[in-house]
Amino acid sequence: MSFQDATFYFFSAILVLSGLGVITARNPVHSALLLVLAFFASAGLWLLLEAEFLAITLVLVYVGAVMVLFLFVVMMLDINLARLREGFWKWFPVGAFLGIVMAAQMAFVMMGDREGAGGAAPPAPRPADYSNTKELGRLIYTEYVYAFELAAVLLLVAIVAAIALTLRRRSGIRSPDVSRQVAVRRGDRVRMVSMPSEKKE
Amino acid sequence: MEYAQQLFEGAFGPEWGPALFVLTKNTLLIIAIVLPLMLAVAYLTFAERKIIAYMQLRVGPNRVTFFGIPWLGGWGQPIADAVKALMKEIIIPSGANKLLFVLAPVLTFAPALAAWAVVPFSPEVVLADINAGLLYILAMTSMGVYGVIIAGWASNSKYAFLGAMRSAAQVVSYELAMGFALVCVLMMSHSLNLSDIVRGQQGGSFINWYLIPLFPMFLVYFISGVAETNRAPFDVAEGESEIVAGFHVEYSGMAFTVFFLAEYSNMILVATLASIIFLGGWLPPIDMAPFNMIPGFIWLVTKIAFLLFCFLWFRATFPRYRYDQIMRLGWKVFIPITLVWILVVGLVMQLPPSLREAFPLNLWFH
Repeated sequence: MSFQDATFYFFSAILVLSGLGVITARNPVHSALLLVLAFFASAGLWLLLEAEFLAITLVLVYVGAVMVLFLFVVMMLDINLARLREGFWKWFPVGAFLGIVMAAQMAFVMMGDREGAGGAAPPAPRPADYSNTKELGRLIYTEYVYAFELAAVLLLVAIVAAIALTLRRRSGIRSPDVSRQVAVRRGDRVRMVSMPSEKKE
Repeated sequence: MEYAQQLFEGAFGPEWGPALFVLTKNTLLIIAIVLPLMLAVAYLTFAERKIIAYMQLRVGPNRVTFFGIPWLGGWGQPIADAVKALMKEIIIPSGANKLLFVLAPVLTFAPALAAWAVVPFSPEVVLADINAGLLYILAMTSMGVYGVIIAGWASNSKYAFLGAMRSAAQVVSYELAMGFALVCVLMMSHSLNLSDIVRGQQGGSFINWYLIPLFPMFLVYFISGVAETNRAPFDVAEGESEIVAGFHVEYSGMAFTVFFLAEYSNMILVATLASIIFLGGWLPPIDMAPFNMIPGFIWLVTKIAFLLFCFLWFRATFPRYRYDQIMRLGWKVFIPITLVWILVVGLVMQLPPSLREAFPLNLWFH
């Protein structure tokens, strides 16, 4: 077993254990934090595959932004665990069935002839100055530009929808209206009065 | 060096020897970076107290000295503070989540140190000269917020929780502006590698630095950096006049000190990055004698020191922003400015070569 193999098993063990922890932890905050750990471990695995850009982007986007907002929400919710667990056995067969279907689908792909574990040759190691980022950018903006733009439009629609859902004007709240604050001119607030000095009688 | 490598190969075999050698060598190099950094943090706190004191017509710490030497009055203060913090008891509040409460300072501190791995101190001196250095730093700095959120939640205290909420929203918002500002830089330098970014600013004088064509981005980056590190005037996460001390209100002794260390090493990191990306890193302002006789490291430290002085200056000068004003500045001012500037840089890059290689533009667009 070489050093690289040892690193692989180290990260994989953390990934599997933290993944199990996500679904078994009682406290939702712990689950979210374990999910962060899982992202980290998989970023480590991607680094071993020489996919630096993807690995760092995984940490940057999912760990640095998405999971922060997740934690944000999970911490603010008052989650009642007893109520969450209520229908567990009732829904267990449905969940188990879905799980088995997903596992079978993945098994078909992983054990297939083309993509299977023994099928594909390991990628040749690249020279040290090979830039993963440049290569990825070139592919995204040339060959896959339509798919990429479609994904971007989809995200834009999602952003607009999210804003439209949450944007509402409530009356009667005492928050300052910045545009009105900025628009104020001196004449609205101050009145210059000419007062001639008066003589003392 | 080669002898040491052979020693490792002899002891652990040809398979594990080189890997373990690299591991040991890098650990030693990391210590060589972190120890001076900690010393710099300690004396940054001293500088902060002194500078703000003089700005407010006070004297600041001037008692603690080494071996009773009178003109060193005050220079022993950071050491005395560190010893005091080490001696204090760490109180874990009842009802706190013990594991996360202890983990939170570590989670703040670790990314603040890890980001230093890719910082080039001079043309040759860099621990990890990786291709995606800039991305790596963004990823690391974006993780610092976890410590703050976890600290706020695990403390089981309302003030701490409010501070954590404020900090999380603020840091995530300003990260966007920061990232977009850096996109302009990497468009100009064609590289994410920090050493290459500095080399892209070579050319004879300070006019070639990215500070000139990207001046608005420099301001956005630096102000976002101040907001990211939760420093005044954006320090609503601590906000001592409103929520006592924010997310670290329940921390004492060394646990508190670790938060403090993380904040200051993050400050130094932001200043270092700004000097590398916009102020030409180790390059002298004018590439002729006597300026280019001074080693590059000294130039880098000078630039960092100037930006750190600005951090302290801001703190002494500006009143704290109101929270909604902070959010407004981040989302409605900085992000549109950065987006427009990305467009401008992109358009200039698309100009025909005859125009792009004409006089003022050829300084920056190689």
